[in-house]
Amino acid sequence: MSQSLKIENLHATVDGTEILKGLTLEVPKGEVHAIMGPNGSGKSTLSKVMAGHEAYTVTEGTVMLDDINLLELAIDERSRAGFFLAFQYPHEIPGVSNANFLRAARQARLPKGEEVDAVAFYKEMYLKMDELGMDRKFTGRSVNEGFSGGEKKRNEILQMMMLEPKYAVLDETDSGLDIDALKIVAQGVNSMRSPERGFLIITHYQRLLDYIVPDVVHVMFDGRIIKTGGKDLALELEEKGYDWVTKELVPA
Amino acid sequence: MPDSATLEAVNIDQDEGNFSYPEDYAHDAGYGLNEGTVDYISNIKGEAEWIREFRHKALKVFFAKPMPTHWASKDLENIIFNDIRYYLSKGQTPTRNWDEVPDDVKKTFERLGIPEKERKFLAGVEAQFDSEAAYSNVKEELTKEGVIFVNSTEGLREHPEIFRKWFGKVIPTGDNKFSALNSAVFSGGSFIYVPPGVKVKHPLQAYFRINAENFGQFERTLIIVDEGAEVTYMEGCTAPKFETATLHSAVVELVAMKDAKIQYITVQNWSNNVFNLVTKRGIAHENAEIRWIDCNIGSRLTMKYPGVIMKGRKARGEVISIALSNNGQHQDTGAKMIHAADETTSNIVAKSISVGTGQSTYRGQVHIPRHLKGCKNNTECDALLINSSSRTDTYPAITVRGNQHATQHEASVSQVSEDQIFYMKQRGLSEGEAMSLSVNGFVNDLVREFPMEYSVELKRLIDMEMEGSVG
Ligand SMILES: Nc1ncnc2c1ncn2[C@@H]1O[C@H](COP(=O)(O)OP(=O)(O)O)[C@@H](O)[C@H]1O
Ligand SMILES: [Mg+2]
Repeated sequence: MSQSLKIENLHATVDGTEILKGLTLEVPKGEVHAIMGPNGSGKSTLSKVMAGHEAYTVTEGTVMLDDINLLELAIDERSRAGFFLAFQYPHEIPGVSNANFLRAARQARLPKGEEVDAVAFYKEMYLKMDELGMDRKFTGRSVNEGFSGGEKKRNEILQMMMLEPKYAVLDETDSGLDIDALKIVAQGVNSMRSPERGFLIITHYQRLLDYIVPDVVHVMFDGRIIKTGGKDLALELEEKGYDWVTKELVPA
Repeated sequence: MPDSATLEAVNIDQDEGNFSYPEDYAHDAGYGLNEGTVDYISNIKGEAEWIREFRHKALKVFFAKPMPTHWASKDLENIIFNDIRYYLSKGQTPTRNWDEVPDDVKKTFERLGIPEKERKFLAGVEAQFDSEAAYSNVKEELTKEGVIFVNSTEGLREHPEIFRKWFGKVIPTGDNKFSALNSAVFSGGSFIYVPPGVKVKHPLQAYFRINAENFGQFERTLIIVDEGAEVTYMEGCTAPKFETATLHSAVVELVAMKDAKIQYITVQNWSNNVFNLVTKRGIAHENAEIRWIDCNIGSRLTMKYPGVIMKGRKARGEVISIALSNNGQHQDTGAKMIHAADETTSNIVAKSISVGTGQSTYRGQVHIPRHLKGCKNNTECDALLINSSSRTDTYPAITVRGNQHATQHEASVSQVSEDQIFYMKQRGLSEGEAMSLSVNGFVNDLVREFPMEYSVELKRLIDMEMEGSVG
């Protein structure tokens, strides 16, 4: 049985335009991979295609979560199968408190007839909020409503910590975070690193990778992975700029 | 445990209210409506002559009045008055003991959880099955304090000195075609009197159950709360799903004397074959408060605009309304606030949700005449559309004369965005769960105003509706 999040030759279109053009990538369980790439290269598209967003059409390729063909599952089934996406732009859910939302998400993972143990749930949530430096008042506030950019990102990490996915994709979780928040978020992610879990961290900047040190770095450009290397690749990219890889690797 | 024959006779569906027992009625007024129907009902009840006359007059008004289709839904024309039965009962008289309630009727209410709720948190219960109450009980200490909680027949027969004075006065027979219809054939409903200074701590509850097909339920409720007294009344309604149209047309009159408070809560869950055409209005005297909390779920067409006439200085009126229209349903609801004294205050908060091809309409009327001083109205109506085929319309009519008043009006229409649902599904919620949560979030600030037990009930109903709507 394979133990990885494996994307093979993935092609996807939106409104008739092809954005992903044969992307291949494998994150074995226990590893942290980073995807870097210039704006518009299709990083968010990749994350939403994996999550099952209906605006995108997969025209070719596969995504396997261990032995599960992810593309055959409905959006919520993918989540319950262990796929988590921390959104670049998390949505607001007016009137639904953070605690109720998380509880509903946990409830959705239980067999019929079983109920979330409320006391244990709150205890666990408070503990994780403390780790992320989130004030208790966030439990009662509507999901992401009126949250600052940084608060939204922390909230994404809180959800990830509560749902304990097998594979998590973090889409530019670092953008909009100041350095202190960045450290806290990185700590949250690091605390979840385990042989039982894989991470795919999408970022535009190398900065986040100082705190979440990746095993592998991929460079994405125009809907494809054009270069793969160790953690030093991120530093090199930062230094030389994206022009370097694109010029070097993509024939004009 | 019911015997197997009974179990077989019951059509069970996953929806809690959707079951019915076979019909075996001792009294059936038959199909159609004429003077004979009215006499039939009046005879069974052994009514005083003035009531019989009241009914006959009302019948004439009903026939004379046109359908309000010039402003309301054309669907009203699909009510075939001759295909409806206007009175059905098993001949039961309401008992104070559940054990004496006829078997099917008792089972019906047990399945709806009424006896259990009574034990837990109610001060009194009346349970009506088709035309008549089958059970009626109020806590003994309230009876000792002089609280009356009976059905309309008993109220008018045993306590005319209390009820006759206000009966048909808050809502005159000719108010609209359906109030006239109710006045002609009314049966059942609650007549309540709370003596001066008595504050009824726990709610009084009525439950209206339609069991029969091609039937009209016409309960009549009159609640009089005397000076400085307080009561919360709660009504629940259900009917099974039938192929043919069923009619529910109630008249509810409230009278709050000086310094009195009435809170009237409705959580209806009609099946989608029911025409629900209800007239509700209260009179608030000096410094009195009337609050309608109205949750409309289900039915084919609901038309209901609870109102308050603020007759005394500093009287207050409030309507808090939640309407959910699912596929093929139309909730035409709103509020009527008539300011008739200085320094009166009214507040309307209406939230509607339209799902699929569901349609919600808000109609408001706020009237403040020129000669008054210091009146206030606040109106907020918010609509949530779930699908692109869902519809909402708002017709607020605020007539404020003179410049010594403060009014405020806000309206909004929003849609549950696909990205919001996507986000929730990404966390593992099914489409139905995501919709339920969004809808519950939308009404959350209103639900918080309800007593706990009812907010739980409402949430359950919303969950059921939303999960059902996405299949
Ligand atoms: N609805 C759409 N129709 C056509 N092109 C789109 C649409 N949505 C996004 N794109 C394009 O897809 C490309 C990739 O976008 P995105 O995945 O957000 O990139 P990244 O996250 O790497 O910045 C961009 O060029 C963007 O303009
Ligand atoms: Mg992006």
